[in-house]
Amino acid sequence: MSLRTPLGRALGLGSAKDGTSHWWSQRVSAAALAILGPWFVFALIGLDGFDFETVSMWLRAPLNAILMIILVATLFYHSSLGVQVVIEDYVHDSGNKVVSLVLAKFLHLFVAVVGIFAVLRISFGA
Amino acid sequence: MATDNRPLSPHLQIYRPQITSVLSILHRITGVFMSLGALLLAYWLLALASGPVAYADALGILGSGPVMVLLFGLSFCFFYHLCNGIRHLAWDAGWGFELPQVYASGWAVVIASFLLTLGFWALLLVGGGAA
Repeated sequence: MSLRTPLGRALGLGSAKDGTSHWWSQRVSAAALAILGPWFVFALIGLDGFDFETVSMWLRAPLNAILMIILVATLFYHSSLGVQVVIEDYVHDSGNKVVSLVLAKFLHLFVAVVGIFAVLRISFGA
Repeated sequence: MATDNRPLSPHLQIYRPQITSVLSILHRITGVFMSLGALLLAYWLLALASGPVAYADALGILGSGPVMVLLFGLSFCFFYHLCNGIRHLAWDAGWGFELPQVYASGWAVVIASFLLTLGFWALLLVGGGAA
């Protein structure tokens, strides 16, 4: 039994039951990517070439490795949130919807971890 | 409850395209393309982590003609989604909702995306030589 009033329990939840958290997460990750994206673009422009030595030396620098890990994590998080909405909008059959939502989440997490693992392996000098 | 015979809203195809609706769906399309393109970023990083030989192979694939065209398209998607995303964040903050402002910011996004894409590739090719 809850001591909260029915109104208090319902406020902010809406019909989706999770309130505005998805909306906020999408915006906050967007704001982060609006900084991280241009950082990556300028980094690419600043590289003296794309050969193995140049790129791995660049990515071994701690700040670059840290920002790249944050970029990969934020990018795939933001992508996961966006793809989720696209699936919710266009996949109408509820069974297919649940399966594709779960697959999309798994895939995003998997590729994000692959990317982060790769950055760590480069910066710790495999 | 009968679900047939209900009035339908007019089909999308019969609407005259407007900059508002076109830019809106373009935001979603560029987002989905970049979700796929993010696989290339992970592939590039993984190749780099796998050593010089694997990386040289990956660079051969990423630097090949068709993939470079794909990367050019992806870079446009990135700059468009970035510019239009900032436009969306401004709307979320309550700015720029008057119709003339919406049109002006829309065209600004289109022009900026093209300029940024071309500028990026110009600097990239002049600076390091993407090949």
